[in-house]
Amino acid sequence: MTKVTKAGWISRRRLLTTASAGAVLAASPFRINLLQAQEAPIKIGFPVPLTGPYGAEAQDQVRAGQLAVAQFNDAGGLNGRKAELVVRDDKLNPGEAATRTLELVEKEKVNFVVGSLSAAVQLAINNVTKERGIIFNSISQSDAINEAADFSKYTFHEALNPHMTSGAVGRYAFSKFGKKVAFLTADYAYGHEMVRGFLEVGKQFNIENLGDIRHPLGTSDFSTLLPRLQALKPDILCISNFGRDQQIVLKQATDFGVKKSIQIIAPLLSHASRVAAGAQAFEGVVGGCSFYWGIEDKFASTKAFNDAFRKMYDGKLPTDYGALGYGGVRTVLEAVKAAGSVETDKVVAAMEALKYDYYKGPQYYRKCDHQSVQSVLVIKSKSKDMKNESDVFEVLATEDPDEKNLRTCEALGHKS
Amino acid sequence: MAGLSFDLIALQLFAGLALGAIYVLFAIGLSLIFGMLTVVNFAHGAFYMVGAYVGLYLISLGGNFWLCLVAVPLLIGLFGLAVERVLIRPLYGRGIDYPLLLTFGLSYVMVECVRIAFGKTGYPFDTPEVLQGAVNIGVGYFPLYRLFVIGATAAVLLALWLFLEKTSFGLIIRAGARDPQIVRVLGVDVSRVWLIVFGIGTAIAGFAGLLAAPLQGVIPEMGGTILAEAFVVTVIGGMGSIGGAVLAGLLVGVVVSMTSLFAPEMAKVSIFALMAIVLIVRPQGFFGRAGLLS
Repeated sequence: MTKVTKAGWISRRRLLTTASAGAVLAASPFRINLLQAQEAPIKIGFPVPLTGPYGAEAQDQVRAGQLAVAQFNDAGGLNGRKAELVVRDDKLNPGEAATRTLELVEKEKVNFVVGSLSAAVQLAINNVTKERGIIFNSISQSDAINEAADFSKYTFHEALNPHMTSGAVGRYAFSKFGKKVAFLTADYAYGHEMVRGFLEVGKQFNIENLGDIRHPLGTSDFSTLLPRLQALKPDILCISNFGRDQQIVLKQATDFGVKKSIQIIAPLLSHASRVAAGAQAFEGVVGGCSFYWGIEDKFASTKAFNDAFRKMYDGKLPTDYGALGYGGVRTVLEAVKAAGSVETDKVVAAMEALKYDYYKGPQYYRKCDHQSVQSVLVIKSKSKDMKNESDVFEVLATEDPDEKNLRTCEALGHKS
Repeated sequence: MAGLSFDLIALQLFAGLALGAIYVLFAIGLSLIFGMLTVVNFAHGAFYMVGAYVGLYLISLGGNFWLCLVAVPLLIGLFGLAVERVLIRPLYGRGIDYPLLLTFGLSYVMVECVRIAFGKTGYPFDTPEVLQGAVNIGVGYFPLYRLFVIGATAAVLLALWLFLEKTSFGLIIRAGARDPQIVRVLGVDVSRVWLIVFGIGTAIAGFAGLLAAPLQGVIPEMGGTILAEAFVVTVIGGMGSIGGAVLAGLLVGVVVSMTSLFAPEMAKVSIFALMAIVLIVRPQGFFGRAGLLS
């Protein structure tokens, strides 16, 4: 009982102190400082999987995101108000991502959220942000995020989606390497959406689906799956996984001699994975990507982005997912500038109105699903004649930005 | 999916045994330390990972893979000796959970140190040139390097068996595991025996990490997944039984491989299902001694 009384006494006393201090403060010149402090930086929450199988890519996202923030601040910010990136590790786990995002919104009071690197995790982030009316610009592949069920007016998608990526790679590969296709797929949203995309574009080429073997996310040994795939004798082995899974499977497929008779394709070839796994593992593999630094001779914006990145990071060149981190943050900040405010509705309108070319040629957000309409590159891994450590891919073909390569707004469930 | 031929099933069986060999190599170190010291070494995966990184580092300094096969187990073994002497020894006789929690924490420290020293991203680890490519084993092509791993595992097992069964020091180790008090009364310094056993166990973990590096590259988290699998193997084989770990490791490899053939999405679950079944029928595992944990 004494304890309770004592606690009550302390809090009463603290209340009095606080109140009187507040009264003094209100009447003093300090008040101006306090008001200025409320003009806090524009905070952008950035949840990405820094640890785990996609760690290499996530760190590039952070680096490039930071570049976009630095450029915004150097150019004077929003009338002097600076921006700040608040990075969190979502550990590639939807639950962790939801908690971190909630923390970013509630505790850090972020104005916007950009980030994620997983088809599944971004949906968890999106659930939190759309409920709280915060803009979320996703920089990771997903088809579901475009669909009416998951979409909200606060949801933007700067990354490619599986439909666009597999479409571009499929159109290239099925016309060149053969019709008999076997699939090896990471068993979660990303893999499923990619295979669906490949099968859809495959219809135009009459491909024969020999079978789809699924493996859990984070598999470290594929030796028990590869003999089965080889026995199917496909022309093309289509491997839809990402990050460390992709590095390991390509290495082990090389060891098993798969490449001798079979062309391996992948919806996405990640730059960071190619560097982490080495030239041998990726040799000859064909896949897609959203960005490759080598297109700098084609686009001035790419050149400018590369140079700025080089300058900030000791001559290093940006990667595909890094570029997405840059694009995701920069579009939001440019929209803030255009809107002259961080007010959500005004920024949404400004983002919808953007016709931008920040790092890879022209892009814009489609009105109905906020998907960034953009080019897709078809690339092949290099193993010789490399000019520098980032010279790892050769661009085989480019699909220019075109809404016809996207699913229609009606198909996604949007009212036109 | 059609096309199940005899050759494919035979090749799949072989792939399972090869995978099992990797499990065995990893699990025997764990089993050895538990069987002799009753220490559940949660840092085993971290020693495995450090083994791979030490190999990577030595090769970057100009060493070759063959040299690493000798140097890595030696260095990791020495590191293991230091860990036992400084961290584990004060905890003997305090119940099984003390060293368990200590090694659990130690594994985090080791992973974090490697992240600081080498970065969070992984590194490629090329297969040594003479072991590259696939060879025909009668039923199909199989990577030469995996055959080498099977051979290396067999060599380690043989050496360990000879050491434990045929040398007088091995006799002391076995006696110490049975009844440390009597061995102490007989004038043997038991703590020195335990020190060496811990060193050998961690040396094998480092060796396993080095052998795994060309299969999957090197990354700070590489010890995590295999640790779970290794615990399943030691539990199925019987905690502390080296023979049990060998049999269970091969069995787990074959079960994973055969499940992969018919229901690949079940492969990861299959080993835990196997463990559950074994535990229902034989709670102490294949060759486990009852009461070791109590």
